[in-house]
Amino acid sequence: MPLIATEALTKRYPNGVVALADLTLGVEPGIVGLVGANGAGKSTLIKILLGLLPPTSGRALVLGLDPAVDAQQVRQRVGYMPENDSLPPGLSAVEFVTHMARMSRLPKSAARERASETLRHVGLYEERYRQIGGYSTGMKQRVKLAQALVHDPDLLLLDEPTNGLDPAGRDAMLVLIQRIGTEFGISVVVCSHLLGEVERICDSLVAIDGGRLLRADRIEAMTTSRDVLVVEVAEGTEELEARLVALGLPVTRDGRALQVPLTAEETYDRILGAVADLDLPLHSLDQRRHRVAELFANGAPTTQEPAHV
Amino acid sequence: MSSPTAAGVIHDIGYRRYVGPRLGREYTTWSLYVHSLRTAFGLGRSAVAKIFPWFVFALLMFVAAILVAVQSQLETQFGIRERAFEYWGYPSSVNILVLLFCAIAAPELVSRDLRSGVLPLYFSRPITRWDYPLAKWLALVSALFLLLFGPELLLFLGSAFSQDSMSNVWHEFLGFGRGLSISAIMAVLFASIALLISSLSGRRAVAAAITVGFFILTTPLVGILEVVAFAQSGGGDNGLTGTALTISELSRLASPMTIVSGIAEWLYSDGSRIGPYGPLYLGVTFGVVVVCLVPTLLRFRKVAR
Repeated sequence: MPLIATEALTKRYPNGVVALADLTLGVEPGIVGLVGANGAGKSTLIKILLGLLPPTSGRALVLGLDPAVDAQQVRQRVGYMPENDSLPPGLSAVEFVTHMARMSRLPKSAARERASETLRHVGLYEERYRQIGGYSTGMKQRVKLAQALVHDPDLLLLDEPTNGLDPAGRDAMLVLIQRIGTEFGISVVVCSHLLGEVERICDSLVAIDGGRLLRADRIEAMTTSRDVLVVEVAEGTEELEARLVALGLPVTRDGRALQVPLTAEETYDRILGAVADLDLPLHSLDQRRHRVAELFANGAPTTQEPAHV
Repeated sequence: MSSPTAAGVIHDIGYRRYVGPRLGREYTTWSLYVHSLRTAFGLGRSAVAKIFPWFVFALLMFVAAILVAVQSQLETQFGIRERAFEYWGYPSSVNILVLLFCAIAAPELVSRDLRSGVLPLYFSRPITRWDYPLAKWLALVSALFLLLFGPELLLFLGSAFSQDSMSNVWHEFLGFGRGLSISAIMAVLFASIALLISSLSGRRAVAAAITVGFFILTTPLVGILEVVAFAQSGGGDNGLTGTALTISELSRLASPMTIVSGIAEWLYSDGSRIGPYGPLYLGVTFGVVVVCLVPTLLRFRKVAR
């Protein structure tokens, strides 16, 4: 049974904006990245999947249930982490998550037990009795994740879970999501406008743009062994580029970094040799999987690091 | 690749799937109700959040204690003690305190949720769009009722223990019941208006100010109508008659602060100042409650998206 299936799903708002246009897709269980620029229709899709918005036409199935008909059953089995701030500052994390567990129909004692347990899983055990108002952004994101996880859903819908986090917090959050998807055995849909980060943890990717499906596929199918080496030097990028081209390497320029496809073992050495010859201060030399962004015709911006960090 | 979803499998790292029961819609609504009721009194919150509600409650108890003390000092004539207070009159005499409590509690229950963006978390759970505002409304009504129940009980206990015959105690008990009925009407009316105002603003201070403003600013209307009635009658000494009397009798409909006292007098006092319009007062109260509740419910239908 597919995790999520939509059939010609269309949502037209009363003001005439078409948020989703004839979207048909099927998603298998696992960690799914839902990517698209802001306004691509990601949030609208989530609201329809939660039964908060009725589709204009077409239909959706979540865990085999139609949210437009069985909204309560769907919501009982789905956990939702919204993009925006959504926590009351005056409560402690454990009280809030317990309350949310009860709102998901867990009995009182089970709610309390699972709230503590879930907060431990997201790494907030020690701080759980402190008021949420005093938490850092990273801790708040973890509380938001905990409340989505507390009632043990079969599907987690995470809307921009790394929003506002610093690079370290971003990585920690992604690792956590990956653990939920693999070790906890809960399917996850991660919405993001940053392709670079979801591709690291996802089994499959769904890209939408302007409410239309760009591409939906397993991640292996999109990134077939196309690793690249990314070289960054503090100065003399042009010199190095010229030198590498002279060496017969197909170099592409990406901002201040240079990308070289990793075709043979000695590519490493040849690049290092070129840098040493030119006596340039080497900043970094990384091996990266070829970014999926480049595989989409109208994909997200092709910078690895998000512009708004 | 994810491992296949298998319910009940205990993983090494300790994540356990939940296999226990999931209760029904009544349970979640009840939980939300209890949570909100506690919030209204600052329970489960910081010490700062407790100050105001309990200060108002203490003031109300203080007023009741004084009334009881005065009552016990009054002369007994023909076996019946003079009255320092009426149970049904107490809610209206302290309506300003009830209003203040209401103006703080309603935004705490509703505006805070609107502001903090917590509503999407509620509505993405198995809660319908009616459950949420209904639980909040019932919680606020109950909070206001309990706020008045305390001092009414003090009035009753204080008076009952200073009576010398059982029939008088029974008489006091009947009065206590009447006081509670008026308290309930006031709680429903105040809660409905305050909840509507609070559901329109995410800023607690603004919601509180508008609530107080609405109640306080309509109060002078009652006085103005009384003056109009007096002027209409030509300022004579024979009391009000005709149109003037009607205006005077209807004047207390102008403000929610006085409307409850009108009902109380109609139900429990012989010297009623609202003439034959008692049922109208009750009807208007009911109407106001409905007129406030419907947009509140609709409001949360919209917010839920």
